[in-house]
Amino acid sequence: MATATTTYREALREALREALSADDRVFLMGEDVGKYGGSFGVSLGLVEEFGPERVRDTPLSESAFVGTGIGAAIAGMRPVVEVMTVNFSLLALDQILNNAATLRHMSGGQLSVPVVIRMTTGAGRQLAAQHSHSLEGWYAHIPGIRVLAPATLEDARGMLAPALADPDPVVIFEHGSLYNVSGELAPVEGPLDVASAAVRRSGDDVTLLTYGGSLPKVLSAADLLAGEGISAEVVDLRSLRPLDDATIMASVARTHRAVVVDEGWRTGSLAAEVSARITEQAFYELDAPVGRVCSAEVPIPYARHLEEAALPQAEGVAAAAREAVGHRG
Amino acid sequence: MPSLGADMEAGTLQEWLVAPGDTVTRGDVIAVVETDKSAVEVECFESGTVGRLLVAPGTRVPVGAPLALIEAAGRETAARDRAAAPVEQPAAPRPRKAGQEAAPVPQPPVVHAEAGPLVRHLADERGVDLTAVHGSGPGGRITRADVEGTAHEGGRRPRATPYARRLAAELRVDLGTVRGTGRDGAVRGTDVRKAAHLRAGPAPAAAETAAPSAPARAPLPVPGRAGAAEPAAAAMRRAIGDLMSRANREIPHYYLATTIDMSAALAWLRARNRELPVGERMLPAALLLKAVATAAVEVPGLNGFWQDGGFVPGRGVHLGFVVSLRNGGLAAPVVRDADSLAPARLMTRLKDLVERARRGRLRGTEITGGTLTVSSLGDQGVEAVYGVIYPPQVALVGFGAVLERPWADHGMIGVRPVVTATLSADHRASDGAVGARFLNAVDRLLQKPENL
Repeated sequence: MATATTTYREALREALREALSADDRVFLMGEDVGKYGGSFGVSLGLVEEFGPERVRDTPLSESAFVGTGIGAAIAGMRPVVEVMTVNFSLLALDQILNNAATLRHMSGGQLSVPVVIRMTTGAGRQLAAQHSHSLEGWYAHIPGIRVLAPATLEDARGMLAPALADPDPVVIFEHGSLYNVSGELAPVEGPLDVASAAVRRSGDDVTLLTYGGSLPKVLSAADLLAGEGISAEVVDLRSLRPLDDATIMASVARTHRAVVVDEGWRTGSLAAEVSARITEQAFYELDAPVGRVCSAEVPIPYARHLEEAALPQAEGVAAAAREAVGHRG
Repeated sequence: MPSLGADMEAGTLQEWLVAPGDTVTRGDVIAVVETDKSAVEVECFESGTVGRLLVAPGTRVPVGAPLALIEAAGRETAARDRAAAPVEQPAAPRPRKAGQEAAPVPQPPVVHAEAGPLVRHLADERGVDLTAVHGSGPGGRITRADVEGTAHEGGRRPRATPYARRLAAELRVDLGTVRGTGRDGAVRGTDVRKAAHLRAGPAPAAAETAAPSAPARAPLPVPGRAGAAEPAAAAMRRAIGDLMSRANREIPHYYLATTIDMSAALAWLRARNRELPVGERMLPAALLLKAVATAAVEVPGLNGFWQDGGFVPGRGVHLGFVVSLRNGGLAAPVVRDADSLAPARLMTRLKDLVERARRGRLRGTEITGGTLTVSSLGDQGVEAVYGVIYPPQVALVGFGAVLERPWADHGMIGVRPVVTATLSADHRASDGAVGARFLNAVDRLLQKPENL
């Protein structure tokens, strides 16, 4: 089968369609996922295809419908719950942290919670401070759940199936800026490995570590750097919990320099965790302090120029990489 | 410099714990010496007043070299080195001793201990070597200003990335001689590679490259380049290797083993432990050691040394006990007069020694003078230990784990806790029959633990 041109949104939809077709226990629910076709159009047409029993619109109560999903998962279903944005997911954080993530432990292994929770994250679309934050790092802090961040069409298409197959809760973060990204999608070949980070571009001088919506920016930064003779390796973390330390350390051991790019706020961020692990595990490989490029520590602004200034951008990433590589001797 | 082990030839004085004018009494800890194996606190063997310190911290001197002069109480002249006179002190030639006295002291000795904790902390922070700082305070005390001054002079530790440091160690490049091209002059990996490349010679050239630019500070001999490059763990590995190679080369070992029924010993131990507070409870090791010590009195041919072609019986039974250290390597602290200690006392002594051995805080007298060594690997779960004798001793007793095994007794089979006791002995000093009597004695003694 040849590759087909598609978008990130369509790839997600195709994954949902496949899951709904393959397993009767799978159903989708969330705000406006049915008649409206999803707040970001991901589930467009699915209610017509699978009916309102399996593509369910819910009231505006994150705590209630995420809790319902957890209950359904315990009862043997394989729910996919869509939360409109990570900002709103905080209303359901009690359900996710205190129930979904703990029940296997607290029941002594008797209960599994095979729920998949999808949510949009990130800024860049002028949706202002209540719809734009990147709180993936908060979720990556929680033991008991798996946290995934598809950044490519292949991952958008392929991560749902292994997430549904996982007997424990999986949270999938879809960056809002990626939905319209289009490209060639290779046909699916077997189940996707969701435990590993991926080297998206090979290089020798510096490792740029990122995930999700920042990946395209970091790849542009690598292009900029290549023009200056700096060869940057780009690692896409893909799995934010657990982190794939082996791939990260292997890359740093080759390049001896690392810059972590994370749209979350710098303080207490996922970038901080990655940086700490590098100093713990690859300290004697480091030829420069680990750099971080994160969002400015402000609520994400609405005005376009301010929003752009607050977010990591390719030029800033390139600057941090130059700093790490230093005067080339 | 005391001999802190049969294999020790020289030691590095790490730190003085006394200063001229201090009054010391026999048994006081006066200095810390670093041997190939560990840092050891050195005790004083004479009472009096500390006169001159003859060896500056950081200096490596041969065993037997005087470290300091102690003026005996009431006498001003009889200043003699009395640092140590343990079991076997190699006869250090007199003329060399005289030379040693003069050589390593270029100026009134700077006493490490004469810097307060604040100053030490500051020195650590600034990477200043205190032994290289001249103290301007009262009595040569190092002050804060001295440390800061030195730090400014460039006594600063070279700024280098972790990778550059690792590379420098691997490529044997002296970081102090490399020009850094990183931020604020930090030495980076490429700088080290370039320096190694420029050197373009075989590894031994490293020392020469380093020499010309090595700054004139460092008035005191540094513990040797090779020594500095070799991590402590590797040094210990080498020391153990040397000693054990010598043992296997020189000592014709013979080995015996016997399995001992431990039910009586363990039952007695349980009953005793029920009466004791938790902190004083005894482990089987205490009984095993006690039995070995008592057996060594009964069968004296295994307790002592092989010296100058003959067996010299030990005066008293001083049991060495092999302790494996957490970072690799071994120490063998000695329980003195183990035969005369009650098992409970022996347990207390053992606990203290093992604990301090693991922290690297044994005193010189506590690792020397052993007349017989015991190695127990029971906690590692093995059944038997066939050890290598610790020269110049003539025997080593090994114990495996106490395990439940089927046991035939008077035609009946039952399950009993048993331990395999082994003996490695020097055939020059004894024959198998002696060894057999010894192991039988250990067995017999363990059947009547209440008499131990």
